[in-house]
Amino acid sequence: MNSPYTTGIAASRLGADELAENFGDLHAPFDAHEASVAADRCYFCHDAPCITACPTDIDIPLFIRQIATGTPEAAAKTIFDQNILGGMCARVCPTEDLCEQACVRELAEGKPVEIGRLQRFATDRVMDQGVMPFTRAAPSGKKIAVVGAGPAGLSCAHRLAMLGHDVTVYDANPKAGGLNEYGIAAYKSTDDFAAREVDWLMSIGGIEIKTNMALGDDLKIDDLVGCFAAVFLAIGLGGVNALGLTVQGEQGHVVSDAVDFIEELRQTNDLTDLHIGRNVVVIGGGMTAVDAAVQAKLLGAENVTIAYRRGRDGMSASTYEQDLATSKGVKLLFNLQPKAIRGVGDATEIELEYTKVDDGKLVGTGEMRRLPADQVFRAIGQTLDTDAGLKVEGRKIAVTGAGRTSRAGVWAGGDCAAGGDDLTVTAVAEGRDAAMDIHSTLMGDA
Amino acid sequence: MADLTTDFLGIKSPNPFWLASAPPTDKEYNVRRAFEAGWGGVVWKTLGGEGPPIVNVNGPRYGVIYGADRRVLGINNIELITDRDLYTNLEEIKRVKADYPDRAIIVSIMVPCEEEAWKAILPLVEDTGADGIELNFGCPHGMAERGMGSAVGQVPEYIEMVTRWCKQYYSKPVIVKLTPNITDIRKPAAAAMRGGADAVSLINTINSITSVNLDTMSPEPSIDGKGTHGGYCGPAVKPIAMSMVSEIARNPETAGLPISGIGGVTTWRDAAEYITLGCGNVQVCTAAMTYGFKIVQEMISGLSQWMDEKGHTSIQDFMGAAVPNTTDWQYLNLNYIAKAQINQDDCISCGRCYAACEDTSHQAIAMSEDRTFTVIDEECVACNLCVDVCPVENCITMVAMEPGTIDPRTGKVVEKDYANWTTHPNNPSATAAE
Repeated sequence: MNSPYTTGIAASRLGADELAENFGDLHAPFDAHEASVAADRCYFCHDAPCITACPTDIDIPLFIRQIATGTPEAAAKTIFDQNILGGMCARVCPTEDLCEQACVRELAEGKPVEIGRLQRFATDRVMDQGVMPFTRAAPSGKKIAVVGAGPAGLSCAHRLAMLGHDVTVYDANPKAGGLNEYGIAAYKSTDDFAAREVDWLMSIGGIEIKTNMALGDDLKIDDLVGCFAAVFLAIGLGGVNALGLTVQGEQGHVVSDAVDFIEELRQTNDLTDLHIGRNVVVIGGGMTAVDAAVQAKLLGAENVTIAYRRGRDGMSASTYEQDLATSKGVKLLFNLQPKAIRGVGDATEIELEYTKVDDGKLVGTGEMRRLPADQVFRAIGQTLDTDAGLKVEGRKIAVTGAGRTSRAGVWAGGDCAAGGDDLTVTAVAEGRDAAMDIHSTLMGDA
Repeated sequence: MADLTTDFLGIKSPNPFWLASAPPTDKEYNVRRAFEAGWGGVVWKTLGGEGPPIVNVNGPRYGVIYGADRRVLGINNIELITDRDLYTNLEEIKRVKADYPDRAIIVSIMVPCEEEAWKAILPLVEDTGADGIELNFGCPHGMAERGMGSAVGQVPEYIEMVTRWCKQYYSKPVIVKLTPNITDIRKPAAAAMRGGADAVSLINTINSITSVNLDTMSPEPSIDGKGTHGGYCGPAVKPIAMSMVSEIARNPETAGLPISGIGGVTTWRDAAEYITLGCGNVQVCTAAMTYGFKIVQEMISGLSQWMDEKGHTSIQDFMGAAVPNTTDWQYLNLNYIAKAQINQDDCISCGRCYAACEDTSHQAIAMSEDRTFTVIDEECVACNLCVDVCPVENCITMVAMEPGTIDPRTGKVVEKDYANWTTHPNNPSATAAE
């Protein structure tokens, strides 16, 4: 029987029951009583700051009032009107940086209305009933291609289908969902929620999903433009940034991409099969770094450290996420950049150099620090796989207005498009807005 | 610590907090628990005459209105007077009074409007050693259909007549409990006084339907698919009750008539307010039914602390203190001009003041891009709605304008002298100011 103290990389450091508990819902869903108490706290603000803070502009005070008055189904409709992936967003949105940060009760008492959990209460209700509260408009006769079945692509496809268009969605992976399916910590999307959400979303009709088809290989942009009235690209960021560091030992065993680790966790049927090091170091400072580190800890690693090359202020993971990590026992180290991974055979140690900002530039100080490391994950950002021959801005597809690219008939949104902040909720908003723009363009009232 | 001892009609109690005649005072067991918890007195749940006991419904008796977080704001009930044997009640009253000589025990009575009925029950009640009686002329449900309760309270002549019988056949204080289900509360109060009542107590409960079940189409509480109006009580009725109390306290005909205040008393503050409007004590029911008897501890400590802070050494010190300040609209000072002021440090930018003012009042609050809310003095009529809807206490206040300054809304100088509607030039029946 393995334990957190088993040396090297090992599976089953924790028992199946403990693993199941660790990877259950991070926040248990509200029951009706809890939702009622939480909803009572909303002040129904005028021109509410929470709405402004929501990238999809959900009318939050209205949906909370609808919950408070015993009509969560109406609340869900209010949410889905603006954000068809309101169920997933209720689970993964950094609400502490968005609506709940803007909540006036955060200002008043340091304790915002629990908007995210209330949103989940309402959306779960309707989705559990299997009700799709939208119907399709009369057929437009237009066929539209969406490339990428992640949040942006699904949001766009649903809106287009609702408007009466026929939509074909292509995705490179075997399953639809994009990062919702492959890239989010397991405890944020339990019970196969991402897949269930795709099925529910598809129930509006008029959407066909074709998997295992990646842009560039099987799909040519020129063909798509030729065959469809419009194309929406939502291909995300498939590539992973490289670490510039010297590696001694067998690199293949020791440095992995955090996104792959997260995907493995999401796709496994048996958490006891997953191997994790006794000592794990995650390089990076974003949500992916936190998701990987926390889950490494939850799998039973004894020591998990996030090493970030800048100070705490520079971390893109929110304070809430940082606190989550530390509460699970992850150690956060700042101003450290990796220099070398050492070990005969398997890795045993990582060497990091302290950094400082000199003349606005990050430089090493020469002081070194060594940490035991059986496993090192890199989580230092992702890059575009292909630009599809479109104009690029800051290593992403350049867009103007509601996702219009440099090529007529081609729109883009989500993580692959320039601008935005790489959040699920932002991707949903961009997909929705692009759909409206495509619709206006095709129907001649743009 | 301030002395809370109360002398009401010569009846002493260690504090002014009595339990009203209601379900909590139906039995020896409950009353003993109340006294152990610290209540100053109880009005025993209404006794009926001798004979077969009263029959109650066997389904729900109470309906409710909730505020935020399921706080009980109001309860209505369709329970009748005591459904226990008269002699059982009388024996229990006697026993409890003997064991708690320092607490007030008042016996509530409701029998038909016949002299013989009162003549029969009053000696039995006298024999218990209770401190006084309260005539239930107030319950609006059930018994009123049989010519008792509020059916009596709505006819001043009956009130006077029955009160007179009681004074004739009973030696101790007689309190007349009034129904609010009437247009002018001063009439039954005056009738009670004419009949010789030592005091009035008010209000009894208000005719009410708290809710309708939208599945069964039955009012709640629903008895096998049918409902009836019940008697409404709790915090929601306090404003109505206090207004009625003040009417009696202000009426020259009844001025000085002792009043026991009833209606939504939930905290020490409610009790203090009733006392300032002329009450000699208060009676509580819904708060006890919601939270249990222990709440009296907060009432005692709170009233005591406030009295200490204000330098009051007895209840008498502030009893009726607000009565002279309760007046008719026509005597309000029309030269008093105030403006709302928003404390930006306390403001949490919810914008409720803005929505209320912009949509439903005088468009006197400005909202900036960054959600700073400021009062537009040129438009503000000091209606107070912003204060009322603001979730932060004291964030918005009404500030009186200094005499001699210009009111930016009217462009007129704020006068320092008092002037009311009776002398206002727009009043067709104004009398010239002397």
